[in-house]
Amino acid sequence: MAKQRVVVVGGGLSGLSMTMKLCELGIPVDLVSLVPVKRSHSVCAQGGINSCNDATRQLGDSEWKHFDDTVYGGDFLNHQPPVKEMCEWAPKVIDLMDRLGVTFNRTGEGFLDRRRFGGTLYKRTAFAGATTGQQLLYALDEQVRRWEAEGLVRKFEHYDFTSPIVDDNGACRGVVIQNLHSMEFLALPADAVVVASGGPGLVYGRSTMSVMCNGSAASRCFRAGAKYGNAEFIQVHPTAIPGADKLRLMSESARGEGGRVWVPRRSQDTRDPKLIPESERYYFLEERYPAYMNLVPRDIATREIFDICVNEGLSVDADKMCVYLDLTHIPKAELDRKLGGILDIYQKFQGVDPREVPMKIFPAVHYSMGGLWTDYERSSSGGLVVGSPRNHETNIPNLYAIGECDYHYHGANRLGANSLLSCIFTGLMVGPGIENKLKQSKTAAADLPPAVFQQAVAAAKEQHQAVLQRPSSDQNPYQIHQELGDLMTRAATVVRRNDQLKAAIATVEELEQRANVATVVDTGSWTNQNVIFTKALMDMFPLAKAILWGALQRDECRGAHFKPDFSMPSLTSDTREGRLQEAEQWCDRFQANTDKWLKSTIATLVDGQPKLSYEDIDTSSIPPRPRLYGLVGAEEIETVWKRRAAAKSAQVDPMAARAAAAPAVASL
Amino acid sequence: MIASNQPSVIKVRVKRQDGPGQAAYWQHFDIPYEENLNIISVLQKIAAKPITRDGQRVAPIAWDCGCLEEVCGSCTMLINGRVRQSCSALIDRLLEDSPSGEVVLEPMSKFPVVRDLVVDRARIFQALKKVKAWVEVDGYFDMGPGPKQSRTQQEAAYPLSECMSCGCCLEACPQYAKVEVIREAGESEEAYRQRVEAANSVAFIGPHAINQAVLFNSNPTGQFKKAERLEALTEPGGIQVCGNAQNCVAVCPKHIPLTTSIAQAGRAVTVHAVKKFFE
Repeated sequence: MAKQRVVVVGGGLSGLSMTMKLCELGIPVDLVSLVPVKRSHSVCAQGGINSCNDATRQLGDSEWKHFDDTVYGGDFLNHQPPVKEMCEWAPKVIDLMDRLGVTFNRTGEGFLDRRRFGGTLYKRTAFAGATTGQQLLYALDEQVRRWEAEGLVRKFEHYDFTSPIVDDNGACRGVVIQNLHSMEFLALPADAVVVASGGPGLVYGRSTMSVMCNGSAASRCFRAGAKYGNAEFIQVHPTAIPGADKLRLMSESARGEGGRVWVPRRSQDTRDPKLIPESERYYFLEERYPAYMNLVPRDIATREIFDICVNEGLSVDADKMCVYLDLTHIPKAELDRKLGGILDIYQKFQGVDPREVPMKIFPAVHYSMGGLWTDYERSSSGGLVVGSPRNHETNIPNLYAIGECDYHYHGANRLGANSLLSCIFTGLMVGPGIENKLKQSKTAAADLPPAVFQQAVAAAKEQHQAVLQRPSSDQNPYQIHQELGDLMTRAATVVRRNDQLKAAIATVEELEQRANVATVVDTGSWTNQNVIFTKALMDMFPLAKAILWGALQRDECRGAHFKPDFSMPSLTSDTREGRLQEAEQWCDRFQANTDKWLKSTIATLVDGQPKLSYEDIDTSSIPPRPRLYGLVGAEEIETVWKRRAAAKSAQVDPMAARAAAAPAVASL
Repeated sequence: MIASNQPSVIKVRVKRQDGPGQAAYWQHFDIPYEENLNIISVLQKIAAKPITRDGQRVAPIAWDCGCLEEVCGSCTMLINGRVRQSCSALIDRLLEDSPSGEVVLEPMSKFPVVRDLVVDRARIFQALKKVKAWVEVDGYFDMGPGPKQSRTQQEAAYPLSECMSCGCCLEACPQYAKVEVIREAGESEEAYRQRVEAANSVAFIGPHAINQAVLFNSNPTGQFKKAERLEALTEPGGIQVCGNAQNCVAVCPKHIPLTTSIAQAGRAVTVHAVKKFFE
């Protein structure tokens, strides 16, 4: 038997951690990436990486609380076994990255320094200045280079993944890739293929994502029959710097280090912000969310900023929407030490020093909570069976998905500094499962008849030639992409309405038809970026449609998916008694909604159209409860909800019910 | 802020090349002026409508880019003769500094041109391999945290580890000469890559790689392999090639103290050689 190999598609945090783990297990890897892996989009991650740690532990934190914050922040759409496993690994993941030489900031005594991030009251986040993603990526890149020097890794950088190779039994046996310079196609036989290709930001035109985050690898698996989960859950980050080519991220860590979000109370106050007195500033997050203040979960901060600008007309500028993110009260030396990287970005692109002048920011598309559907094997303790070949396997046998392009960790809304964790964790954790998968097989893909691979390459070539040789039309792929991005940004970001979503679906169909005939100006066969872009554009449509259909059909509000027509009201009564009564109805409605909608949206692509079904979610460890950050009447709703939960568990376990009915510790 | 005498068009001159080893040529493009553009947006506009000033329809310009916020290192090129990232090169700022009102784009000259503004920078990563720029851990199991480090140590290491392998220091270095190997007809990709690596392996590794050797030699665990890195620095193409022109530190977009690292490495190599002599 030939040596078994694994192909990893994508060289960001998850792809690299997967690669190095497989190498440690002695399994050779072919690593495929559009860009040199050191330039992967993970470099853009700024704020940090979460784990329960020795200091927070003594303040009452635990892995369990990290798990609870993650699923509560994700509005319970997360699958709990993988999240529980991830939070248990988190302190160990950070220890490992520390050993690999990541330059984490230090305390005076030499421990890892931590900062607070959104959706938690604990300082869980380890960080390396404000370029944590870059520093983590480099450490993994270095380890993979070490394995490359030892001959276990072959890198295919500047290659585009064009399709998985699926055999007659429906199992994945390798990939077809295309060299972005010579435009030649190549088949790589593989006994397992791991897609770690990140998010689909380009579907929205401009976002905080890098230009290679076009979603094409995930979409090509979707086309090949892989299921796609929770597509409609797209995170819009509250704070980004608007730009003509990109919306550049301004990390949540700016608020974690004390940054305050405000607008002048008077609409379009033209005064220098530093001259506006405190009494005339509206610190709307702090006023509306007294417990979490500026560090509410991202979906909430985004909606509030949107609301302030769109509905209340309090945008700082009249011609473009923005609010202030103010760091000017923090000493410069501290800012430089902890946030230097992001402040430099602001200064470079805006020409204004954010240490002196409040920044102007606005929300931007940032992350996809949804992604390729994958399986997992639950352990008896509610986590995962590590080493199970089922973990992170898609519905196509031997095809795996990890990192941002999987779907279970972040539910309806991701907490800041949990993505770096989920990416590295999935890479490390899934490695042994793949090792076992290979052991189960008595064959190697490399021993298959060459015709299997030759046919796959021939099909890819044919498709490529067909795009190159299209008859001339007046359709321009770049123009279509811009229209797609504008449409998706209008219809499927912060606020979603069914009429707009329906209209957007019709328009996307038209755009797809135009993209299918768009002319490729460059018909050459050397470094033809024009044709590569056109093919990636065509692959944005399955994902765009899955997002729109998922959003249209989900008639509720959950995390980042906000439909005002289906929102749960605040309580309005002036008396506690009245509010308690309203809370009863509120809880009835909440329960009914949970029964109907606490499900993953699963899309399969049939004849180019997403067909949706709904999948139950494992919420066996933490029963779903109302998400009440700052809601008016939260206290009464919580009282009613706890009583009901206690009554419910009394039917099961009288002792637990008594404990639950005891007076609650002061709620947040 | 924006100059009052805004031009109606941005004049862009681009040095183009259709493929490796082919002759370069210039093309001119006029882009309608807008505020707050960067070079990337200008190239995107040309890609969407690749028509020269003379009205000639041409192939879109090929260029590399990634993050667009100056942390990935992809989009390095020569802009008005200066090596830098094109994402952070803002048109308004360039026009202020350019009396001719023209923006001139060229590929880096120290790397083989793939096409137009795309160059092959594999040599950068090969040099990182040569100096063993990694921490040699036993494995990836949970072994607890790494060694404690002082804030001072972290603050010294962090700037060195911000190197994004963009190539600016190499473009500016007078000692860093271009190595170009042309692929022969019928030569396999693998055979070609091997010839390229052989040619690169004896050429100067450059300031960025010396800096990485210093970074890992200062890491509490990385220093266990200090001797091997110092040996690598003394091989052909090593630190002795540095002519101390100090251009590298002047062009580094991340303000990495490259010359300080080179001086440190130089001393360490000398001490290492003396020690070896007495062994």
